[in-house]
Amino acid sequence: MSTPPTIVVVGHGMVGQRFLEALAERGVTNRARVVVLCEEPRPAYDRVQLTSYFSGRTPDDLALGEPDFMDRHGIELHLDDPATAIDRESRTVTSRAGRTFTYDTLVLATGSYPFVPPVPGKDAEGCFVYRTIEDLLAIEAYAKTARTGAVVGGGLLGLEAAGALSGLGLATHVVEFAPRLMPVQVDEGGGAALLRTIEGMGLTVHTGVGTQAVTTDDAGVVNGMSLSDGSTLETDLVVFSAGVRPRDQLARDCGLSVGERGGIAVDEQCRTSDPAVFAIGECALAVDGRVYGLVAPGYEMAETAAETIAGTAEEASKAFTGADMSTKLKLLGVDVASFGDAHGHAEGCLDVTYSDSRSGVYKKLVVSPDGKLLGGVLVGDADAYAMLRPLTGSVPPVAPEQLIAPAGSGSVTLGPSSLPDDAVVCNCHNVTKGQVTACSSLPEVKKCTKAGTGCGSCVKLIGQLLPQSGDKGLCGCFPHTRSELYEIVRTLRITSYATLLDSHGREEARGGDGCEICKPTVGSILASLSNGYILDGEQAALQDTNDHFLANLQRNGSYSIVPRIPGGEVTPEKLIVIGEVARDFGLYTKITGGQRIDLFGARVEQLPLIWTRLVDAGFESGHAYGKALRTVKSCVGQTWCRYGVQDSVRMAIDLELRYRGLRAPHKLKSAVSGCARECAEAQSKDFGVIATANGWNLYVGGNGGATPRHADLLAQDLSDAELVRLIDRFLMFYIRTADRLERTSTWLERLEGGLDHLRDVVVHDSLGICEQLEAMMATHVSGYRDEWAETINDPERLSRFVSFVNAPDAPDPSVRFVPERDQIKPDLTFLTLEGTRAG
Amino acid sequence: MTLQLRIDDDSWFTACALSDLIPGRGVAALLPDGRQAALFTDRAGRPYAIENRDPFSGAQVLSRGLIGSANGRPFVASPLLKQRFDLETGLCLDDETVAVQTFAVRVGVS
Ligand code: SRM
Ligand SMILES: Cc1cc2nc3c(=O)[nH]c(=O)nc-3n(C[C@H](O)[C@H](O)[C@H](O)COP(=O)(O)OP(=O)(O)OC[C@H]3O[C@@H](n4cnc5c(N)ncnc54)[C@H](O)[C@@H]3O)c2cc1C
Ligand code: SF4
Ligand code: FES
Repeated sequence: MSTPPTIVVVGHGMVGQRFLEALAERGVTNRARVVVLCEEPRPAYDRVQLTSYFSGRTPDDLALGEPDFMDRHGIELHLDDPATAIDRESRTVTSRAGRTFTYDTLVLATGSYPFVPPVPGKDAEGCFVYRTIEDLLAIEAYAKTARTGAVVGGGLLGLEAAGALSGLGLATHVVEFAPRLMPVQVDEGGGAALLRTIEGMGLTVHTGVGTQAVTTDDAGVVNGMSLSDGSTLETDLVVFSAGVRPRDQLARDCGLSVGERGGIAVDEQCRTSDPAVFAIGECALAVDGRVYGLVAPGYEMAETAAETIAGTAEEASKAFTGADMSTKLKLLGVDVASFGDAHGHAEGCLDVTYSDSRSGVYKKLVVSPDGKLLGGVLVGDADAYAMLRPLTGSVPPVAPEQLIAPAGSGSVTLGPSSLPDDAVVCNCHNVTKGQVTACSSLPEVKKCTKAGTGCGSCVKLIGQLLPQSGDKGLCGCFPHTRSELYEIVRTLRITSYATLLDSHGREEARGGDGCEICKPTVGSILASLSNGYILDGEQAALQDTNDHFLANLQRNGSYSIVPRIPGGEVTPEKLIVIGEVARDFGLYTKITGGQRIDLFGARVEQLPLIWTRLVDAGFESGHAYGKALRTVKSCVGQTWCRYGVQDSVRMAIDLELRYRGLRAPHKLKSAVSGCARECAEAQSKDFGVIATANGWNLYVGGNGGATPRHADLLAQDLSDAELVRLIDRFLMFYIRTADRLERTSTWLERLEGGLDHLRDVVVHDSLGICEQLEAMMATHVSGYRDEWAETINDPERLSRFVSFVNAPDAPDPSVRFVPERDQIKPDLTFLTLEGTRAG
Repeated sequence: MTLQLRIDDDSWFTACALSDLIPGRGVAALLPDGRQAALFTDRAGRPYAIENRDPFSGAQVLSRGLIGSANGRPFVASPLLKQRFDLETGLCLDDETVAVQTFAVRVGVS
């Protein structure tokens, strides 16, 4: 029996991880032992998105690869244990913890380290670099006691770091040695535009000056910097971001060739001067004499090395000969992009520029004498980047001036359709338009091609390339959007789904049965406009199954029950009733994330029995099943809390009772906090209210969930009446104009003119519709009736709540439970077994 | 009038009154052998019957899905993860390797 070959990987960064995935894809992990030495205390994460940690992403969110990737492929990962020496003679690697591994193939993926200029004071307390999650954690902790911060270096990373410091509340300075910001990517004109925009964000920029020393106080703590023009700068914290250097020390120590200015020299297959050793990513010096500080070229090297290692020596099909240096700066609020030959190095090339110093927009395209687009720089408005980058290398279909002129002055926006099939749309993963259009949805694109899973800058373009982009219709039955249908139903006073389908549906859908997408949507529109009981007449057939049974369907066919507990306030008596009901019906009981209680595991025929008891005790439907108001969370507020300035519980209850039952394009959530400490998390809600000394502040468009969004402040210091009136208008305007399943957050993002427009409409009544919006809400409020009370009092409606039409008393035998932590959970094994038996 | 399903070669089983069904929605029926069927009528009053079990979850829930028509073919969308099943052939329209059993149906007078 021969032992399998061993591949040792040093460094588990972005490129190292990509290399492991490429090995696994090629089946190499099945036939080789793979060992990874990782210096950092955590496995590979998305360094490109590092800064998003400051906007709420956790280190876990940044993790790369499926969580069980290592286990599934039997890869040995040693965290917090860097390689310290390589012996090429005996083919061994030694780690800091004293482990020794013998390799057949060694792959170095050690990345870069931040270059810190050798100035006095550089190691003082308060000096940082910006490369790892640990760096960010340290900066964040230190910034709590700091007021001012300075970043040394005005390149891509420096500006990102500066944005982060300013986001942490520090007065922020950027010190750049070159005469302009981002000297590598942008030219002089671009740098000037960038400067204006960055200064407009409140940062102070010093260009053309070097850092001479970091000064410290008596305790050795940073208190300032002295600059090469003789001036000084007071600062509590310094972040060095003056470029990176390849981490090639291990390679140097074991005699591998390295470049004059650093970087482990490799050939086109990413082999170093020792054929058993490869180097990939930022530590490698490619054949074109460059070290690439971007992730896309690193990924390409990872693929090349994996391909070479997987294949036989003769048929190394991939080669890494160099890459493009396109970048788009992700810094909040500033759009900067550069791509291709941004500086116009090519022989005889020509520039086309557009600049508007007032708005800080600068755009330059570099064109070859025969009209090919070679590259460009975009500052202040980089919308065209996604389209222009893939066109690089070809002759654009319209004159270059038209591609960069501002909207409305002879500009032409190229549709994605004008891209050739071989145009690369995702640079990070080298994916072409042709590969994207072979898929039918974004998830499929991400799964099959990985496009969009790197820096994310291509996602918008990919969305435009996928089908259904031309047709905004709700579904196969209607060519209209939800808001268009709403207007049709409202103005033509249509009261039935069938009428709407037959008069306004697509030709081929008229007279048919509709579908599961438009039926509930129209059902919701009819409910918003007519306010009737949602299970009467034809309406009953439109409701999703949850609305149909006024409860939430669970995975085993049972239902959950959520009684409304307005504002989260509940009496002991009511709690006891919930407890008794749960006990008597054997329901699993859980406190939800919405300050109320969910009871799980009821069978259809139990729902009316359970609700009879709940209604008797004064509970109402919590609409957990509906695209309707869910909860208005509250904090205890002024009544109890020493900080509270208004009665937040009362306001939360008032709002919850006012808007309960309101059907909307998606669910609605709200919260009221008694002071700016915000214990009710109002800023993550569709409409959130925070008490002030003078009244209430209203925030709108917040969201938790998959794409969290902080709510925007719509109006300040409102009285009770003003607050309610404004929420009435806001909600009705949303219901009227939003698309199907569009939360207020996405709706607000999409709304033309954004928050300003919204404010014009609902505060200043610019469309003259506020009276109408208020009247519609008044109709809703006065017409509200509890759906469950109505149901249990109507034998006809109740007859629907049976498991079997031909055996109304028989419980569904497939709904079974097994014990779990003193309660129950669905018996899923039974459901699977039953399938094998029947099938 | 009643809704009847053929459960083996030539026996018809009376599941319910036709009036028990709301067009566009389904009900479940318990068959003599313990299996469950999902019964539907469409807008034109045509009846359909398929197995009630959703093959993706194992749960007996297809009767609670919404029905519709696409390209002239009737379907039901599972209420759990929304896969569509052709009501006449039982084929899953989102995954051709999956199908549910269908039953012949007729309207009886008794
Ligand atoms: C029960 C609960 C979890 C818990 O045990 O705490 C829950 C359970 C469900 N959530 Fe939730 N969410 C619950 C609080 C939340 C919260 C927290 C909150 O409300 O403060 C959030 C994030 C806040 C937000 O929505 O902005 C939340 C974000 C979601 C999302 C993502 C929404 C988004 O905009 O991205 C979904 C999916 C969707 O609605 O499309 C979802 C969907 C669901 C569904 C309805 C999934 C489904 O279709 O079966 C779950 C069914 C519950 C049931 O059967 O009763 N749930 N869900 C919470 C019920 C709160 C309540 O009392 O009503
Ligand atoms: C804030 C920030 C923003 C960025 N934004 C972009 C962007 O928008 N676009 C873009 O293309 N690129 C961007 N980059 C650059 C990108 O992150 C790098 O190009 C990429 O991470 C390189 O991957 P790598 O695996 O070569 O190096 P790294 O990701 O740095 O990984 C190398 C790993 O090796 C480890 N290591 C080093 N020596 C040893 C040893 N002896 N033993 C064990 N482990 C060792 C290191 O600790 C590190 O974890 C950004 C970088 C930062 C810091
Ligand atoms: S938000 Fe303010 S008033 Fe409410 S509980 Fe928190 S600290 Fe107290
Ligand atoms: S270009 Fe970065 S993910 Fe596609």
